[in-house]
Amino acid sequence: MVDSARLSLHVPEPAVRPGGQPDFSNVKIAKAGSVPRPEVDVASEDIRDLAYSIIRVLNREGEAVGPWAGSLSDEALLTGLRNMMKLRAFDARMLMAQRQGKTSFYMQHLGEEAVSCAFRKALEKGDMNFPTYRQAGLLIADDYPMVEMMNQIYSNESDPLRGRQLPIMYSSKEHGFFTISGNLATQYVQAVGWAMASAIKNDSRIAAAWIGDGSTAESDFHSALVFASTYKAPVILNIVNNQWAISTFQGIARGGSGTFAARGLGFGIPALRVDGNDYLAVHAVAYWAAERARRNLGPTLIEYVTYRVGAHSTSDDPSAYRPKTESEAWPLGDPVLRLKKHLIIKGAWSEERHVQAEAEIMDEVIEAQRQAEAHGTLHAGGRPSVRDIFEGVYAEMPPHIRRQRQKAGY
Amino acid sequence: MARMTMIEAVRSAMDVSMARDDNVVVFGEDVGYFGGVFRSTQGLQAKYGRTRCFDTPISESGIVGTAIGMAAYGLKPCVEIQFADYMYPAYDQLTQEAARIRYRSNGDFTCPIVVRMPTGGGIFGGQTHSQSPEALFTHVCGLKVIVPSNPYDAKGLLIAAIEDPDPVMFLEPKRLYNGPFDGHHERPVTPWSKHDLGEVPDGHYTIPIGKAEVRRAGSAVTVVAYGTMVHVALAAAEDAGIDAEVIDLRSLLPLDLDTIVKSVTKTGRCVVVHEATLTSGFGAEVVSLVQEHCFYHLEAPVVRVAGWDTPYPHAQEWDYFPGPGRVGRALAEVMEA
Ligand SMILES: Cc1ncc(C[n+]2csc(CCOP(=O)(O)OP(=O)(O)O)c2C)c(N)n1
Repeated sequence: MVDSARLSLHVPEPAVRPGGQPDFSNVKIAKAGSVPRPEVDVASEDIRDLAYSIIRVLNREGEAVGPWAGSLSDEALLTGLRNMMKLRAFDARMLMAQRQGKTSFYMQHLGEEAVSCAFRKALEKGDMNFPTYRQAGLLIADDYPMVEMMNQIYSNESDPLRGRQLPIMYSSKEHGFFTISGNLATQYVQAVGWAMASAIKNDSRIAAAWIGDGSTAESDFHSALVFASTYKAPVILNIVNNQWAISTFQGIARGGSGTFAARGLGFGIPALRVDGNDYLAVHAVAYWAAERARRNLGPTLIEYVTYRVGAHSTSDDPSAYRPKTESEAWPLGDPVLRLKKHLIIKGAWSEERHVQAEAEIMDEVIEAQRQAEAHGTLHAGGRPSVRDIFEGVYAEMPPHIRRQRQKAGY
Repeated sequence: MARMTMIEAVRSAMDVSMARDDNVVVFGEDVGYFGGVFRSTQGLQAKYGRTRCFDTPISESGIVGTAIGMAAYGLKPCVEIQFADYMYPAYDQLTQEAARIRYRSNGDFTCPIVVRMPTGGGIFGGQTHSQSPEALFTHVCGLKVIVPSNPYDAKGLLIAAIEDPDPVMFLEPKRLYNGPFDGHHERPVTPWSKHDLGEVPDGHYTIPIGKAEVRRAGSAVTVVAYGTMVHVALAAAEDAGIDAEVIDLRSLLPLDLDTIVKSVTKTGRCVVVHEATLTSGFGAEVVSLVQEHCFYHLEAPVVRVAGWDTPYPHAQEWDYFPGPGRVGRALAEVMEA
């Protein structure tokens, strides 16, 4: 018998709680430009370091530096900036609409805009995302009409989903956006299946799976890695590490060591960590992974290191579990401000044009909102018919549902 | 005695149980520091420490699976699934494992766990925050299934569940967390502090699992309901001016058949109400038992009122959720027959 101390249970805790000083000293941040860019056909064993480092392009001065820089033209970057600003303005208006009682619920992207907006630009038409609820940037960056998004949020008479889904749980096959599930992680393994099908059919389209740091604890995440690695599926496995899962800090899903990206290593999946607040870095890494997938080299796992600045959802109060100033202390900055600064030092943008663009974008969002509200909001104006409850459960309405519809008076 | 909401009553049940028995542990997603998204575990971590009340990874099979292991060790875990809609990843652990451990080991191992979860609709939760999966559990032999309808019962039943030697599913209708409601969505929920059953003893007491309660005595028709629908049924009887007897099942498995049979034998008529989807819902079980045991006393076919056989819609939830109107029409139907 070993003579040892009594056991005690280790329960991870974040470094600080409300009232304390925000502390990100544990977040090791590589210098911008310092992480190498391997060839896309690299063996996963040869880039194990990339699962522990952070790929960054934009430095503090706003310059784009290192081997991952240069994948985007000024014009593409300006579009990127505009998309992020649009998403931010959209969020602000919809958050207000929720507070005004025009819808039941909303989830914002504040601080995470670069992840989905830049990623979308690395995909092509026909590729399919299996998103979770914080990737509306995939739609915005693909020019999906904001009015449609708002109609969905308001569950009004023009809601493409007929009032059935929770607000923000969009769906658009045309825009490569798989219908969102409220049940976490289920879509991760589905994305792998979609990618396998594309390979079975010798297609050229690829899939992207999305998950939050907290949800990587679900079994479906692990099932997805097993299938993706076994069949070398053409899929990009995205993990958005925004530090928090509702009130629970990322250390609860991850434990005290390793990284989320490193979870890919045991499966032989190339795994990269990237600065999620750096539009250029996100795009470069996503593009690298997309090329790998398209060249039939198999899956890539990407961890986006970012911070959820807003509340988890409109039902959450983050001041109850983290310092109020924590988001300001986040060392990777604000994705919009960083890209703006970069474009200004390049001479492609200016403070004046930014202020003007902000106003234009807000007008555009307000105009979309006006149009959407003309079709009604959750509690006022036009709404989907009660008849719609009964449609679409099956392709053809079976008799028992028809009877129930009649009973309901429709 | 104190006035409590249902959330406070649930919290108080865990508090009392943790204080009495060191083996009671409470865990789940956001349950520790934050105290749960509905705040039903608020303060428990501060009071009992991080190893007796803690946050878990988002892994429902992990939560129930580890609870089973802890129970095998000798602890009494009372775990939270954040919403009933999210218990499906844990379904294998519940049905193939928790429910059978006593039987398959011939009592060598047992599984005294409680799995709490908010259920039901009426709060604009859409299809992923509104489900009522009780029938999935009552189909599993080895589990017990409880659905309280008020703070007093919630506390007494939860303490009984924690002390129960077998796995108990404890389904909390979230529409009732802050107060009872009459099913008319344009009318506000009245706070529990204005309701008799919001009066809850501070200390320890239990309510036996498997006993129904007659909430309203009557002689014309029996209404069998549980959870939120008890309140809807009471309002329907009131609105319709029908001398209905309303039975609150409280416990679906085991089921208090005697109370149902006694009532239907007296009234000769029966309406069963639940908000879960109709087909293969728990109401089918009740109707079948009523016809088996009360056939010769029945004066009309037994009628069910339930949610429709569709997923729970976000915008039209008040047309989905049975209200006093729909229950009232069913009452009229059985009264006319
Ligand atoms: C299967 C399942 N369990 C629990 C929940 C409740 N829930 C919704 S979001 C969330 C936190 C998710 O955190 P994370 O994956 O880190 O994503 P983030 O919200 O930070 O973007 C939880 C626990 C759920 N939706 N589905």
